[in-house]
Amino acid sequence: MENIRADKKINIKGLVCPYTFVKSKLAIEEMEVGEVLEILLDYPEASRSIPKSMEEHGHTVLKVEKINDKDWIILIRKEHD
Amino acid sequence: MEFTDEQIHRYSRHIILPEVGGKGQKKILQAKVLIVGAGGLGCPVGYYLAAAGVGTLGIVDSDTIELSNLQRQIAHNTERLGMPKADSAKMTFEALNPDVTVIPIKERLTKDNILDIINDYDIVVDGSDNFPTRYLVNDACVLSGKPLVSGAILRFEGQVTTIIPKQGHCYRCLFEEPPPPGLVPSCQEAGVMGALPGVIGALQAMEVLKLILDRGEPLKNSLLIYNALNTSFRKVKVPRRLDCPVCGENPTITELQDYEAEYCQIRF
Repeated sequence: MENIRADKKINIKGLVCPYTFVKSKLAIEEMEVGEVLEILLDYPEASRSIPKSMEEHGHTVLKVEKINDKDWIILIRKEHD
Repeated sequence: MEFTDEQIHRYSRHIILPEVGGKGQKKILQAKVLIVGAGGLGCPVGYYLAAAGVGTLGIVDSDTIELSNLQRQIAHNTERLGMPKADSAKMTFEALNPDVTVIPIKERLTKDNILDIINDYDIVVDGSDNFPTRYLVNDACVLSGKPLVSGAILRFEGQVTTIIPKQGHCYRCLFEEPPPPGLVPSCQEAGVMGALPGVIGALQAMEVLKLILDRGEPLKNSLLIYNALNTSFRKVKVPRRLDCPVCGENPTITELQDYEAEYCQIRF
């Protein structure tokens, strides 16, 4: 799990809900099935709501990691168009 | 096309929906919808479609705004009395959403101009207030294969149906011929409760958006009837008639006809 390569990375630090999810969703829509999206964010609520929403949309949450005092990284694998 | 930051914010509540997403919102932005009538129904239909971001809205109406319109025709206002309704609708809808281009068409639809007008659009919405236009729009949509979302209102009752030519019913499968002039009261004679076209127009706008997105079940082969006094909705099956004079297997109507416009004599 440590060496998952992200096919696309977005930085949504500074954004709040629901735009955190809107940006993440638009990014994943542009990707191919099977590719991995890395999301860097600093809005605490989104570290919980984005994984939940992505799972509801049928994608797989590979990792949710707090990388420092303020920031999280989330890895999502796109499972369908 | 790429969304601007402003568009991401404006359409965020659409984009979040699994049934819409960015791809669906782009379909909405690229759609072209013709609305027949900028009256009770055309106002809410246009308002919601403009808010949703339908990129091109054609609005056909040759009338000007009168005081008696304003109890229900929500795109217009008191300052604009006397202004053509199509121009007023353009002002209102483009002010709501600069992504939308409204094309005002200040003509009456006839058998000679309707096919050219609807040719530029993906979907047609009928919000007209008279039978000659209603039948003309139906026949033109069937002959040119355009989806048609039809609405009608009277007093406290309204109807909505979605016509997908040759796949489902058409207006003539339901009512083969217009009623004889004078038999059916026009809206103006009968009165209409102001919020009623808001209900029916919003249902029509939703049908249009579903067609654009290709999501859900349109009101194909069915007629939805709303009774405001009872607060009841009834969905009635309307099968396509194979002997329908316009959409059937051996149609007798193969070109457009204008009916006498004798239904709406009272104007105020």
